[in-house]
Amino acid sequence: MDITLRHERGRRRLGALLGVMLAGSVVAACGGDYPQSTLHPTADFGYQVDSLFRTIFWWAVAVFVIVETMLMYVIVKYRERPGSPDPRRIHGSTLLEVAWTLAPAVVLVFIAVPTIRTIMNVTGDAPEDALVIDVVGHQWWWEYRYQDFGVTTATDLHVPQGQPVQLRMTSADVIHSFWVPKIGGKRDVMPGRTTFIAFTPDSVGAYYGQCAEFCGESHAHMRLRLMVDPPDDFDTWVRGQQAAPSEAVTLDADAQRGREAFAAVRTPGNHSCLACHAVEGLAFGALGPNLTHLASRSSIAGGILPMDADALTRWLRDPLTIKPGSLMPDIDLTEDEISTLVAYLLTLR
Amino acid sequence: MATAALTVDAPGFGSRVWSWITTTDHKRIGILYGVTAFVFFLLGGLEALVIRAQLAQSSADLVSADFYNQLFTMHGTTMVFLAIMPLSAAFFNYIVPLQIGARDVAFPRLNAFSYWVFLLGGLLMNASFFFGAAPNGGWFGYANLTSTQYSPGLNIDFWVLGLQILGVASIAAGINFLVTIINLRAPGMRMMRLPVFTWMTLVTQFIVVTAFPVITVALVFLMFDRTFGTTFYSVAAGGDVLLWQHLFWLFGHPEVYILILPAMGMVSEVIPTFSRKPLFGYAVIVYSGLLIAILGWGVWAHHMFAVGMGPVADAVFSSTTMLIAIPTGVKIFNWLATMWGGKLSLKTPMLFSLGFIAMFVVGGLSGVMHSSAAADLQQTDSYFVVAHIHYVLYGGAIQGIFSGIYYWWPKMTGWMLNERLGKTHFWLSFIGLNLAFFPMHFIGLLGMPRRIYTYDAVLGVDAMNFMSTVGAFIIGLSTIVFVVNVWYSRRERIEAGMDPWGAATLEWSIPSPPPNYNFTAIPEVVSRLPQWSDTEMKAIPTEPEGEIHMPGGSYWPAVSAVGILVLAVGALLESLAFALGGAVVLVVGIYAWAFEPFEM
Ligand code: HEC
Ligand SMILES: [Cu+2]
Ligand SMILES: [Cu+2]
Repeated sequence: MDITLRHERGRRRLGALLGVMLAGSVVAACGGDYPQSTLHPTADFGYQVDSLFRTIFWWAVAVFVIVETMLMYVIVKYRERPGSPDPRRIHGSTLLEVAWTLAPAVVLVFIAVPTIRTIMNVTGDAPEDALVIDVVGHQWWWEYRYQDFGVTTATDLHVPQGQPVQLRMTSADVIHSFWVPKIGGKRDVMPGRTTFIAFTPDSVGAYYGQCAEFCGESHAHMRLRLMVDPPDDFDTWVRGQQAAPSEAVTLDADAQRGREAFAAVRTPGNHSCLACHAVEGLAFGALGPNLTHLASRSSIAGGILPMDADALTRWLRDPLTIKPGSLMPDIDLTEDEISTLVAYLLTLR
Repeated sequence: MATAALTVDAPGFGSRVWSWITTTDHKRIGILYGVTAFVFFLLGGLEALVIRAQLAQSSADLVSADFYNQLFTMHGTTMVFLAIMPLSAAFFNYIVPLQIGARDVAFPRLNAFSYWVFLLGGLLMNASFFFGAAPNGGWFGYANLTSTQYSPGLNIDFWVLGLQILGVASIAAGINFLVTIINLRAPGMRMMRLPVFTWMTLVTQFIVVTAFPVITVALVFLMFDRTFGTTFYSVAAGGDVLLWQHLFWLFGHPEVYILILPAMGMVSEVIPTFSRKPLFGYAVIVYSGLLIAILGWGVWAHHMFAVGMGPVADAVFSSTTMLIAIPTGVKIFNWLATMWGGKLSLKTPMLFSLGFIAMFVVGGLSGVMHSSAAADLQQTDSYFVVAHIHYVLYGGAIQGIFSGIYYWWPKMTGWMLNERLGKTHFWLSFIGLNLAFFPMHFIGLLGMPRRIYTYDAVLGVDAMNFMSTVGAFIIGLSTIVFVVNVWYSRRERIEAGMDPWGAATLEWSIPSPPPNYNFTAIPEVVSRLPQWSDTEMKAIPTEPEGEIHMPGGSYWPAVSAVGILVLAVGALLESLAFALGGAVVLVVGIYAWAFEPFEM
């Protein structure tokens, strides 16, 4: 009896604990600013997936409540008590078994129909007037090419609000997966194949994303930002990217020396900045991100560092500590070289 | 467990070890499987705790990125191939022959061979840690990240060779158990009288012998790519990275059932025993197991909804996957109906079975969410999936296996486990698992991908990750309680007797632990629940009538297994001498084994 009571209490306490956990998690998931949440979509792709998810979610909750309630009921009701009679040895009931074969089947129909409808709507096909952007996954950063505008950039993906966009994606090395939860689901990005995501973003903002397919040592550091700009701002951004940058401004002495350091041929040869990076009019490397308008980005190194003098300095000093395995090598640079390089890089607006 | 056979005036240590190395007794091999798998389970658990410690807060740097990748790869690989599968195998070995009224498995020496190959494969894979080169490509090892270009070290070689060795062990054991269950049933033990655990073993082994060849093909391609420069997965040479995914998941989804069906079988034994009622709808439970095994072959691409297979394939694989929920749901309802109107005794084995049902429902429902291809575009490769697999594999498979451990422990050792400690174990593990895995649903929905060694505070998932870490450590604590219970059981030696639970099946009609010949006389089975049946079974005599001849031990299975290991080391070091040496040992071992005089 005493033991029974203790268990009763234990179970109630456990129930309370699980309740708190559930409530806590739900509250946590609803409020607050979650830049990478799947629960707060801001594009048509995301809305469709989200509403499908919610449909399935509520069915799952219903089934969960029914089954777990039955389980609790059985445990409480049929628990052995002193003097409880020996049970009747029933071996089955065809009627009941047919019933609970059909019941889940019916529920599944209610899930399957919207599922298939949504599948047909999120194939990645886009209308004629969509802005097509080529996305290339690299270990461990994202490259974007706007063929229509002749613009190549990295990490920050700018799109105009309200305009259908299609991402045409492939990989330069291993398999990655492009995922910006707020615009919708992910899609894998594979070498030798082209995959598509189509969406129309409907609210201005900066949304977080991240590679979702394990792609090697620094997989955790392969992040990105989706910048949804008002159409006018987007046009301004495009014009800024199209202009040749460094030549347009007169460089001060430091930046001028930085430009020379950038263009210098180093030993070993693959330590020369221009072997890997492109800066329009100066360098044509293609292994690393195009730096022509580096300073106009919000972050560097696959979205893990802000774009500022301090972060650039740290990055040039020691990229491999910041991003283990990165293809950007530790280059023997003097502190003076680093500060002039940073001064130069900051002029690349 | 290994020392269970210890008696006070035991023979010398050397000869005892030798007797374990040469044993062909299914019960001792079962114990070897159990102990080894449990050690690997602890190792995989330790890896999980380091992982959770690293993820307890954002931007932590307890471990390096590469070591983290090794940890999660080995955690997954270990738990699947070195813990859950062989823990189930421990019960196949120990219990199935007893349940069907046999004196051993069909091929006792092949059985020993399976164990030794499994052990050496597991050791080889884990030896990689000593070289700082543990596998680091994830347990599903996607091409082309596993190519020499992107993974030049030995890490992936350890993985490829280790898995191939484990595959040999699994396939050999699979064939052995198929033959055993089909051919060695006692008179009257018709197929539809087989205990459900034996049925699920049969189904599982059928999946093993059909699914493992598929991953073997995938691994051989990969090994050839890495060692001999073939180009099966090389895009530049016209290969296709998706080939790997299709092959891997064609194996990988059936593998899920290899992991869960045995646990379902155990739960199907425990629930009737502790409800004092026969299983409700025996035939439907059996057929639904078969149906799951068959449907399980038509759903693999649900792991690939994000690769862009096109809407038709996505819709088809969504639908087939949803179909599987039906036989699974049927099982759950049948278990509930078994308990309905019963007399439930909430002993530890039953608690774990109830825990199994409660948690498997959660994992099953998140599984239905993934089955919806479009919705899965958000969930796949996020922590939502990590929550799902852990509800299925910890909440399901592991809880089911613990249910089996508590249930059959008295049969296997002759001693009871302590109920208080058992209940403590259960509740700690139950609370721990929910605390560890429930928040992961939300962590995933809030956008945290899986397999990342660090995350940014801006995601807003710090608190939930911390909660999850606390839960993981509670699970660790619960496992310690279990170990204490084992120690306690060995110290207190509370006699179990033949049938401490009043259970129905054949294994409870003989002493605990059973003598090496199991049954003094082969029983004549007259019903599905011989111990509960109204038509009395002919009593099994307490003393054998004449001398019972059992096959003697043999060291050739172990020698052959060593040959395979050396062969693999040769491949690892790319040393022809080693490889040839291993091949010679293997051939000599099998030859000597085949021509060994059959001791009677
Ligand atoms: C061997 C090739 C290589 C060389 C040489 C190299 N880089 Fe890089 N660099 C890369 C790669 C690859 C990345 C992307 C790293 C990542 O995010 O994973 C990168 C990233 C960067 C970034 C951040 C860009 C962004 O948008 O994220 C800057 C700035 C940079 N490099 C500057 C330099 C400078 C200055 C030099 C010369 C001192 C240099 N790099 C030399 C390969 C190289
Ligand atoms: Cu990636
Ligand atoms: Cu699957």
